[in-house]
Amino acid sequence: MVGEGILKGLAETARNFFGSYVGKDRLTTVQYPEERLPQIEAARSFPFLVYDGSDWQQGMRCVACQICEKECPPKCILIEKSKDKKPDAVGKQQFYPAVFDIDISVCMSCQICVEVCPFEAIKMDVEYDLPTDDRFGGLLLHKQQLAKSNEYYNTIHPTEAAAVDAALAEERAKVEAKARAAAAAKAATEAKPSQAQPASGESR
Amino acid sequence: MTQTLDQIFVIALQRLLGLLPVAVRPLASAILCVVAILVVFPLLFAITTWLERKGLGRMQNRLGPNRTGPFGLLQPVADAIKSLTKEDIVPITADHVVHFLAPLVLVMAAFLAYAVLPIGRNMVLVNMNAGVLFFFAVGSTVELSVFMAGWSSRSKYSLLGAMRAVAQMISYEVPMVLATIVIIMEAGSLSTVAIVEKQAGYTGIFPHWFVFTPWGFMGFALFMIAATAESNRSPFDLPEGESEIIAGYYIEYSGFKFALFFLGEYLGMFATSGLAITLFLGGWSAPFSFLTWIPSYAWFFAKLLVLIGAFIWIRGTLPRLRMDQLMNLAWQYILPMALINMLVAGIWHFMPVGPIRWLVCSVLLAAPCVVLSFTLKRKKRLQVRTYYFAE
Repeated sequence: MVGEGILKGLAETARNFFGSYVGKDRLTTVQYPEERLPQIEAARSFPFLVYDGSDWQQGMRCVACQICEKECPPKCILIEKSKDKKPDAVGKQQFYPAVFDIDISVCMSCQICVEVCPFEAIKMDVEYDLPTDDRFGGLLLHKQQLAKSNEYYNTIHPTEAAAVDAALAEERAKVEAKARAAAAAKAATEAKPSQAQPASGESR
Repeated sequence: MTQTLDQIFVIALQRLLGLLPVAVRPLASAILCVVAILVVFPLLFAITTWLERKGLGRMQNRLGPNRTGPFGLLQPVADAIKSLTKEDIVPITADHVVHFLAPLVLVMAAFLAYAVLPIGRNMVLVNMNAGVLFFFAVGSTVELSVFMAGWSSRSKYSLLGAMRAVAQMISYEVPMVLATIVIIMEAGSLSTVAIVEKQAGYTGIFPHWFVFTPWGFMGFALFMIAATAESNRSPFDLPEGESEIIAGYYIEYSGFKFALFFLGEYLGMFATSGLAITLFLGGWSAPFSFLTWIPSYAWFFAKLLVLIGAFIWIRGTLPRLRMDQLMNLAWQYILPMALINMLVAGIWHFMPVGPIRWLVCSVLLAAPCVVLSFTLKRKKRLQVRTYYFAE
């Protein structure tokens, strides 16, 4: 019969129309500013810089190696290396970024900076409502705005952060063991200086 | 009391005109009536955009606009402010004069059609004795404005959209006019006022609307299909098919001119709906004899809102037709049905009143309806097309 499909379709839309007033579970949309959907763990928006401890300047993991700056496809990262050094996450003396800016109006959230970072210093944030009335200055994030604690990283990406923490702890332990071994070796040499000193003197 | 309420606008106009000198009364009367139309129908347009967005939203299990004012009722105001304050961009290669005139011609043609629509008892701007003819003559101007817009924009999309629109509108204008001829045959007049008065009587409690006859019902159905196509609404919205040609003939329009196109399109839809009400649904007359105490204009607008609701419902349901389906529907189905309908209306007129007349006319309409539907369903053998110039 001609027009049968049309009538079926009309019945379907009518059912939706009246049903949406009765059954709230029919409504698939979320009223955004008031309600938000729970975020999935793999969500990502823009990069941020991780720091350990409570002082964001002391604990910053970034060593200003500038790999992310070079790898960034849209070139939205600007880094200036410091003149002096400070201990990094694993305890080595390293440079730190004097300036670290990300222009999130340019950033395309590709996560390449995160992939290339050898120091686990830059990670993807999940914050997505970043409206501002200044489209140039307001969207250029500086070092302090970018710095976020490791605890924050653990809350937004728990699994990933746990793996990173484990890897870092292992590395730190390795460094400490090395330092301890070096110290032990030093102590051993100091314990019998009468033999060691002339030997070393001879070798020089 | 009901008499006064029914005629309240007519009386008010008379009182107002009484205050003026006799020499300026005809002019003042015309201006006042035109201003009333210019206020009421754009207001209805504003309400309809809200209704449409809400209705479509609900049909898709959404809420629709709900941020501006209670239930999003101020959405049309927000839309108006937005479109009025937007930059008016004209393409550098466009024909500036024609580009400027096209939306004006569209809105003007849409408004002119209201001159012959009887909105209530004694409430018609011009009681023309060729009212229906005038309506269609003015309605054809829409095609002109659409092609003006498409041609002057110097854009491929808008030209394609305009070509489609003109092909579609001309194809559907024929069955649309033919569908109304049955009414003119039965009423014996081209005057819209006379046609409504013919339908204003009652048998028992039931009205004498033309839609309650086999040929009237068929004519109404054909007219509404053609009217949907005429006003470029879904499922016949090929001229502005978003997925194919973005916005069709008004793609190069922005700001206020775009809003004018939008307004003109909706006004055209209201006007054709108004004509359908006038011709088939008894115009301003009440659906039952015991409801005649409700003012006539209220009935007209109630029927108009029902038809608008139907348009929105159809839009929320049906997908867009393909170009060949569109043309086949017009020429292979609606046009023959309109011609058969005319024949049936003639037979009805000369048969004696009674159930036999009903039976004969219904069968005479239902049989070709089913037979012709097979031609639409027939599977077409599509050949491989050779493009001579594209290679």
